[in-house]
Amino acid sequence: MIAAYFIQFSYIAAAALFILSLRWLSHPTTARRGVRAGEIGMALAVVGTLVHHEIVSYHWILVGFVLGSAIGLPLAVFMPMTHVPQRTALSHAFGALAAALVGTAEYYLRPGELSTFTMAALSLEVILGFLTFTGSLMAFGKLQDLVPSRPIVYKGQNGVNLSLLAVAVAAAVYLVMHPGRSELFPVMAVLSLLFGVLLIIPIGGADMPTVISLLNSYAGLSAAAMGFVLDNNLLIVAGALDGSSGFILSVIMCRAMNRSFTNVLFGGFGQVRVAAAGAEQRSVRGATAEEAAAILEASTSVVVIPGYGMAVAQAQHKVRELYDALTRRGVDVKFAIHPVAGRMPGHMNVLLAEADIPYDRLIEMEEINPEFPRADVALVIGANDVTNPAARHDKASPIYGMPILDVDKARTVMVIKRSMNPGFAGVENELYYMDKTMMLFGDAKAFVGELVKEMSGASVGA
Amino acid sequence: MPSNLESALFVFVLATFVGFEVIRRVSPLLHTPLMSLTNAISAISLVGSIVITGAEKSTLSTVLGTIAVVCAMANVVGGFVITDRMLKMFKTRETGR
Repeated sequence: MIAAYFIQFSYIAAAALFILSLRWLSHPTTARRGVRAGEIGMALAVVGTLVHHEIVSYHWILVGFVLGSAIGLPLAVFMPMTHVPQRTALSHAFGALAAALVGTAEYYLRPGELSTFTMAALSLEVILGFLTFTGSLMAFGKLQDLVPSRPIVYKGQNGVNLSLLAVAVAAAVYLVMHPGRSELFPVMAVLSLLFGVLLIIPIGGADMPTVISLLNSYAGLSAAAMGFVLDNNLLIVAGALDGSSGFILSVIMCRAMNRSFTNVLFGGFGQVRVAAAGAEQRSVRGATAEEAAAILEASTSVVVIPGYGMAVAQAQHKVRELYDALTRRGVDVKFAIHPVAGRMPGHMNVLLAEADIPYDRLIEMEEINPEFPRADVALVIGANDVTNPAARHDKASPIYGMPILDVDKARTVMVIKRSMNPGFAGVENELYYMDKTMMLFGDAKAFVGELVKEMSGASVGA
Repeated sequence: MPSNLESALFVFVLATFVGFEVIRRVSPLLHTPLMSLTNAISAISLVGSIVITGAEKSTLSTVLGTIAVVCAMANVVGGFVITDRMLKMFKTRETGR
């Protein structure tokens, strides 16, 4: 009896601490307190659960604890910040698999005795869990370049995918009505696993921020469904928090690309299109590091626009050196962060913070856009589609209507780019052909390094 | 059972609303840590995995439960540690260097 009260108390405290934890995350100054609150809540809940009356042996629980920590800790401690999207995808896979397996175990313990409602929740838990598991593994593969990150599309793909899901759901519905038909359970599980893989195959690298957020939401919902099955309110609360967080992030990401969920999931966006108007050969203006450095030094305000290319080139620390060199000369340097820059929500912020750039210099799109006309130089490092003015006026462009950074309004535009290859959306960027644009060809890390060297050289000579 | 269902749905709806209100306030600056923190929090499925594993009702449930404990534990430990690691890096000019 006392044990039951203790469990209930620890769960209520944990739920409150989880909400506080997210509340404190709203601002960088209180965010770490939020992590502490979450940890305490988790510890309370786990200790509370360990006294549960159904537990007869701790042997395998301990094995799980040790193995889980041995996997989770190195992933968290040694993972470079550029790989955070991969780790996140992997952790969605872990979370979803845990929910799906618990659902499966629960089903086979009492296949005939599950109530309609419990069976419905259990099916939802298992379907969402398994499809999120393989979907997240695929996303991980694409981010880690184990699987081609370009979209893989074929004819009738959506038809195949949707009918797979339809069969899985039909099996689930039948199971809800006749929970004893255990031969249908593997059908539902296997189809969900397969659907997860097929769902992610046609999705391109540039859509990863939305997809990761969506998978985040599914993982949360399957945890909440598990709460319904086990009649555990704490699971429901935590799952609902995770689910709504993932949902909010996906909405923000979709809005930042002016696209709908259906379009992201079934649109096969980002296939390299045959450029329709690509026939005319337009010329661009190249420039050397020396020229660029001279202009940067002479300016009073510079806005840097980082993109996924900066992450790929691992250029963030060189960018910080550039920031220091310019700041020392009294140049005002800010960073314009597009919501979908990088491979997951907030990716650029984490990278730049890692490189010790103060977070008050990282400015969101809505706030920085009015400042571009006053900026002397807009320096684009590894970003492409989010700077393309075609999004504003070219109705034929696939990115038409997407909110962009008003880079073209700065007095001078500099673009560091490896070559003239189009970006992930396969769309030509008008920005590169403007008269005020200087193309700086080269690897982002190496080129920023050269800029810094030019500047320090000049100051020594002066 | 219907009373359980009702109260469970009640909790779910309320928690979703609280989630929306709280998470809407998180600065886009911290969206990556937000995702890793909510991920760690939803690894509370560890609790369910522990009971299934420890109850040892069948070999299948113990095996699946143990794997679930491994996965959930990896997220609990990893999620909180990496979130804190990220948040430690966010500094202003005064607190930095």
